[in-house]
Amino acid sequence: MSDSARSQNSLVAVRGLSFSRGDNKIFKDVFMDFERGKITAIMGPSGTGKTTLLKLIGGQLRPAQGSVTVDGSNVHRLRRSELFVLRKRMGMLFQSGALLTDMNVYDNVAFPLREHTHLSESMIRTLVLMKLQAVGLRGARNLMPNELSGGMARRIALARAIALDPMMIMYDEPFTGQDPISKGVLVHLIKSLNETLGLTTIIVSHDVQETSAIADYVYVVSDGKVIGEGTPTEIQHSSSEWVQQFMDGSADGPVHFHYPAKDLQDDLMSSGKRY
Amino acid sequence: MMDFIQTLGRNTRSSFTKLGRATFFLLQAITGITDILPRPRLLLNQLYSVGVLSFLIISISGLFVGMVLGLQGFYILSDFGAEETLGVMVAASLVRELGPVVSALLFAGRAGSALTAEIGLMKATEQLSGMEMMAVDPIKRIISPRFLAGLISMPLLAALFSAIGIIGGQIVGTGLLGVDEGAYWSQMQAKLDFQDDIINGVIKSLVFGFVTSWIALFEGYDAIPTSEGVSRATTRTVVNSAFSILGLDFILTALMFGDD
Repeated sequence: MSDSARSQNSLVAVRGLSFSRGDNKIFKDVFMDFERGKITAIMGPSGTGKTTLLKLIGGQLRPAQGSVTVDGSNVHRLRRSELFVLRKRMGMLFQSGALLTDMNVYDNVAFPLREHTHLSESMIRTLVLMKLQAVGLRGARNLMPNELSGGMARRIALARAIALDPMMIMYDEPFTGQDPISKGVLVHLIKSLNETLGLTTIIVSHDVQETSAIADYVYVVSDGKVIGEGTPTEIQHSSSEWVQQFMDGSADGPVHFHYPAKDLQDDLMSSGKRY
Repeated sequence: MMDFIQTLGRNTRSSFTKLGRATFFLLQAITGITDILPRPRLLLNQLYSVGVLSFLIISISGLFVGMVLGLQGFYILSDFGAEETLGVMVAASLVRELGPVVSALLFAGRAGSALTAEIGLMKATEQLSGMEMMAVDPIKRIISPRFLAGLISMPLLAALFSAIGIIGGQIVGTGLLGVDEGAYWSQMQAKLDFQDDIINGVIKSLVFGFVTSWIALFEGYDAIPTSEGVSRATTRTVVNSAFSILGLDFILTALMFGDD
């Protein structure tokens, strides 16, 4: 699909976004489009500010320049109450799951429903059980978060994120630290939720295989810039050396194995004084 | 020298910025209280963990402080043949000073540190961020109920501390040392003033409850979200609360009892 068609159909549009932490420029003039009903992945090495990008989209951080538009409204121009209304339609899955540790699984999934709706407890029960069924953990409803494995916690958090039937969902590193089975389960869940609920999906990840398998479009980010974009196949065959190194996972290439340091010989011969 | 001035400037600036953040945080926490009114369960849960769970430490400490006061007071007063006024001495010391101050120090150590660690860990585990993304304001949902619970619990705990302390003093004074029980209670009744002693004590404990809860919640909310950051924040809560309680106690005492 052409770029203009993608941008016309986009639910989330990032335009000329710049963001810094202190002197460290995390994003420099970034443009991205996230199409409605599609899975768009943002890939890049750790520490490139992928999570920061999700926080910028969710309005938790404010960009230095540029704008983020979600469903037609500029996130950073909204008043706090308007932003909260918008957030009810945005689900986010944190890397840790971010479950509330003083509540069991059932109450965690019921939390957004109880906070934002006036539904009766019996209606909430039905909804919670349906959402838990969707992630395959209806039987775990009475467990506390500390009794869950990492993969289960993420699936519960996913059930909670879709409790209010959002229009989009953002996944922050959903596959990190998961065993192969959990990864498979999550890949399947993300894909099936995207298809059955028509959710616009944004995945931030550095797991190349899993993400490429389900993404419709991929942005590769490094050093605060988009250095490659396209469908997973296009990215696989990218001419950029950097993108190739990232996709293949080579130890050395445009991204060096060594952290910048002075010459090894000079370093070994120096006095050893701490500095 | 230049370094020293630079550091001084930087630290002063960061202290003032922190004070600004803390004040803004306090205003948000106070305005958030209106949202708790339709949902009393949020407050009740916190009253339990902040107040009821501090019950034991406050009661036991109150008992021992009262017993020590009874003992020390008796030795001094008996030199002047005034052991009948032991009740007044024990009660006045407790209600005016030791009740509010010691219970606030214990409260900061027991409940304040727990609040900071809880909020700090919620921040470190992204629970606060998660709540924000679910369009739930963490200040209203998490901070305000805890703040109000601290404000309500502190005067009650201080009153409990004083009451049990007075009984402790009585156990030692009349039970062990032979002070007349009637004199212990009647002297206390005659000499203690409701306005000057009791109300002033309650005002003190309200102020301490306000400050301690504010410090504890803000330190947790402002903590660097790592294990080291939370541990430092917890320490700061206890240290800063202790300083504030003792400093404010001096100021409040000077204002309240200065004219007598």
